[in-house]
Amino acid sequence: MSNQEEGSKTVLAAQELTKQVSSPEGTLTILSDVSFQVGAGESVAIIGASGAGKSTLLALLAGLDLPTEGYVTLNGNNLGQLDEDGRARIRAESVGFVFQSFHLVPSLNALENVMLPLELAGNADPRKAASAIIDKVGLKDRWSHYPAQLSGGEKQRVAIARAFATEPAVLFADEPTGNLDARTGEKIMQLMFELNQSSSTTLVLVTHDSALAERCDRVISLDAGKLVSDERAAA
Amino acid sequence: MKALIFSLRSFGRELRSGEVLVLLSAVVLAVGALTAVGFLTDRIGKAVARQANEVLAADLRLRSQEPVPDSWREQALSYGLRTANMVAFPSVVYADESSALTTVLAVGDGYPLRGTVRIADRLFGEELEANGVPRPGEVWADGSLLARTDASVGDTVEVGAATLRVSAVVTYRPDQSIGFASLAPTLLMNEADLAATDLIGVGSRVRYSLLVAGNDEAVAEFNAAIEDELPDSLRLRSAEESSERAFAAADRAQRFLSLTAVISLLLSAVAIAMSARRFAQRRMDTVALMKSLGATQSFVITVAMIQLVMVGVIGVAIGSVIGFAAETTLSWLLADIIAGDLPDPGFTPVVLASGSALVLLVGFALPSLIQLRNTPPLRVLRHDAMPPAPSRLLVAGLALAAVAALLYRSVGDARMLVIVLGGIIAIAGALYAVGRGLVGTMGRFRSGVGVAWRYGLANVARRGRASAVQVVAFGLGLTVLLLLTLVRTDLLEGWRQTLDENAPNQFLINIQPHETESVAGIFEAREILPPDFSPLVRARMIEINGTGVKERSYPDPGGEWFANREQNLSFASTLSDSNEILEGEWWPEDYSGPPLVSIEEEAAMETGLGLGDVLRFEVAGQTVEATIASVRTINWDSFQPNFFLVFSPGALADFPTTYIASMRVEQHERPALVELVRKHPTISVIDLDSILRQVRGIIEKASLAVQAVFFFTLAAGIAVLFAAVQSTIDERRFESAMLRALGAKKRIVFSGVMAEFAALGAAAGLLASAGASVLAAIVAIELFNLPYSFNPMLWVVGMAAGIVVVCASGFFAARSAINSAPVDILRGAGA
Repeated sequence: MSNQEEGSKTVLAAQELTKQVSSPEGTLTILSDVSFQVGAGESVAIIGASGAGKSTLLALLAGLDLPTEGYVTLNGNNLGQLDEDGRARIRAESVGFVFQSFHLVPSLNALENVMLPLELAGNADPRKAASAIIDKVGLKDRWSHYPAQLSGGEKQRVAIARAFATEPAVLFADEPTGNLDARTGEKIMQLMFELNQSSSTTLVLVTHDSALAERCDRVISLDAGKLVSDERAAA
Repeated sequence: MKALIFSLRSFGRELRSGEVLVLLSAVVLAVGALTAVGFLTDRIGKAVARQANEVLAADLRLRSQEPVPDSWREQALSYGLRTANMVAFPSVVYADESSALTTVLAVGDGYPLRGTVRIADRLFGEELEANGVPRPGEVWADGSLLARTDASVGDTVEVGAATLRVSAVVTYRPDQSIGFASLAPTLLMNEADLAATDLIGVGSRVRYSLLVAGNDEAVAEFNAAIEDELPDSLRLRSAEESSERAFAAADRAQRFLSLTAVISLLLSAVAIAMSARRFAQRRMDTVALMKSLGATQSFVITVAMIQLVMVGVIGVAIGSVIGFAAETTLSWLLADIIAGDLPDPGFTPVVLASGSALVLLVGFALPSLIQLRNTPPLRVLRHDAMPPAPSRLLVAGLALAAVAALLYRSVGDARMLVIVLGGIIAIAGALYAVGRGLVGTMGRFRSGVGVAWRYGLANVARRGRASAVQVVAFGLGLTVLLLLTLVRTDLLEGWRQTLDENAPNQFLINIQPHETESVAGIFEAREILPPDFSPLVRARMIEINGTGVKERSYPDPGGEWFANREQNLSFASTLSDSNEILEGEWWPEDYSGPPLVSIEEEAAMETGLGLGDVLRFEVAGQTVEATIASVRTINWDSFQPNFFLVFSPGALADFPTTYIASMRVEQHERPALVELVRKHPTISVIDLDSILRQVRGIIEKASLAVQAVFFFTLAAGIAVLFAAVQSTIDERRFESAMLRALGAKKRIVFSGVMAEFAALGAAAGLLASAGASVLAAIVAIELFNLPYSFNPMLWVVGMAAGIVVVCASGFFAARSAINSAPVDILRGAGA
């Protein structure tokens, strides 16, 4: 199943992942027997229709949730063998997130939002590091603005700055352009790919935008919880 | 360490978020209100106790037929207490040719230890405060003694072998109500002259008293130390036994203040509980985000704790300043009743209030905060992912423990605590159950109303449990506020009588039957309303149900004293206005059967007497037997002549009877009194004006304090309701944005929200009216001895108050939600 490029180190691996939840109608299988590996620096798009299990897969890969069966290794750590704090530590060390609905803390300004993961990781000078990355995403003049004062595109830039601030090994993005208009979405993706390349971060991107998916190295398609294809984009 | 730095860094930013501010305000409010109320209860309580002690002219009085051994005085001094001696004995006092039987009071330096003696330089002259006691060689005489002996200030009188000069007329002694109905006028002399009178010898009827006073703790310690050691010959009197007459009103003020203290504590608890809940809920998203960014459970919980502590510390700091300012303002406002020798407003109330607020904060916020650590990080992707609800046992247990601990401090008695706490739980439970029922019922009405109401009612029904919780919070707040209003009204109404400018201010005693007409004539001639005369027969109780009073045992030492003392009996065909029958029946107006007697409730209780018991009295060598036909309460505030024992008409007809009367005499009508004592020198006139003025002073200031505390508590209550509305504001914000996005006009959305609040407010108001009615009845009857009459207006007012207050706080809370552009809010879900 592995389409991973020969020679590159594996940073993320899903092994026979199954996720079931109980519902009033009985047990519901959201993901079924999904396995793949992602190498360092790769960009992978996970696509599929609504309800295909994309977001569930992302949550499992990032250790935000646990699979019913199977396991995930992230940067050499089996997430299933760690407790919640252990998984949190792995996220602090090696994971960044960009969400569809931005998830900025409304009481913090742009700079403070970017400082948050740096502070959590115990960075000695979070303000300096955050300022540098705020500049990179083009919000130099708006660092003191609160989320409510920023446009959707600006919010997502802050979110991207926050995600890259700790220089994570893997960046997870959940429909990062889903709440943005096409032009802004395009700019945001541009920014994300640039940062991805310059920092050689591994990118795992959940989207149903096929044009966006095609910009990634690999496209994994899900349908009804099953992995139906895993293809390398035409070079 | 990392968590500490992070918490400190982020706290400033967190302060900007609403939920921290709301919680902080709740803490500030709790500290401020509890400080002010605590301060007032403490101060007024002490002031009232001091005032009550005036009746004894001391805090404690040791009385004996023999000189009080010096060891008791030394022991009192060793507790740092002040003492004074008093020797009382009857003697005939001569002035020229006339003479009068007099109660001579020989007092030592320091008398009175509480209160002051007031004197005048002539009969019914302008009075002023006496400085010390009469100098050796001088006496201060009652006006009636001068009238009877036709003497004036400056004349000399003979007391036994001593000749003493009258230097003033006594117009008021703090302890003049002790032995109130003793017929003889009094003469105050210096104890240094006692030996010269040669009147103290074997067999003379002398009563020795040691007066003791000092700071409250020392008095209590001294009292406890000597209580069990006292020989039978020594009797200890505390103010409590003596204060009931004049200070019943002030005593009620104290109870009201204690009640208010408990209520403000409960309101603070509700305010903190509501805002702590919201604080924890609102942190959930941030916690989920922090966990997704790699924060560990312990980090999350440490940050939350540190921030809770900081909310506590800042809240206490601001609240203390407000509380201290309130304390200072109140003590300035109430300077007159807060006696000068009480310590200045101190930090104690502030410290106690701060401690209480912190206990409440921990009790209510901790369980939810601890649970925050279990917030699934998955919540960043799926907003419906919630932490498991904290164990109800833990939440309820910790909150109850916090409230119970604080209530125990307030009520100070385990039984009361169980009653109060049980009552609150019962009311909260009932509110919740009925609230859910009402919420369910309301939902069914929605098909028959307009769109706004349909939306509002649907909301109430959909949030079933949350709505019921809100009904509980609103309802509890309203219940205690209504209760407070009711009790306050009852209390002020009860005091109105005492405040009445037309209350009797003169007592006439020892009026012979043949004098009544002439006495009435003196007043009628000057167009003054003559008094009603009440008959009085002096008697001793000798048997109860055939057993001698000395052989019998009594449930209370007060009862033994009551049964053995000389009784003032009266008879009447109709019940006095200031009396109320509790048990049995009052006799018909034309009753002429075998003698019946009506007994005062407390005397009956302490003596262990009830309906049907037969009492036998001896009056001047003859006896009379009467059956107890009723038990009465007496409103001592009325200043009418009242008797513990009242007989049916005719029962005492054959015994020597004198009359007593009370009446109102204005300052300019006082010459009538001079004429009265000159014409009828044997009649004693007791001037109640000073006492009345004193009582009126207390009541006026105490009502002011009661109102101040009332409004403070009212403000706290409204803040609680506001916090309750705030706690659901997020959901409302989103919903109203959605409705407007769907094309609903602002006005419709607004009406819908108001309809929801109105429905909640009405439900809470209805329940609160029911709760407050029951509670007020219990409180009025059990705590204040006031009759309770059911007031249907309460229900109207309760409902209206519920709707108005809830809608008003809802208006302010929801206004911003409805006014913001829907797109901001719908997008803002992803801020």
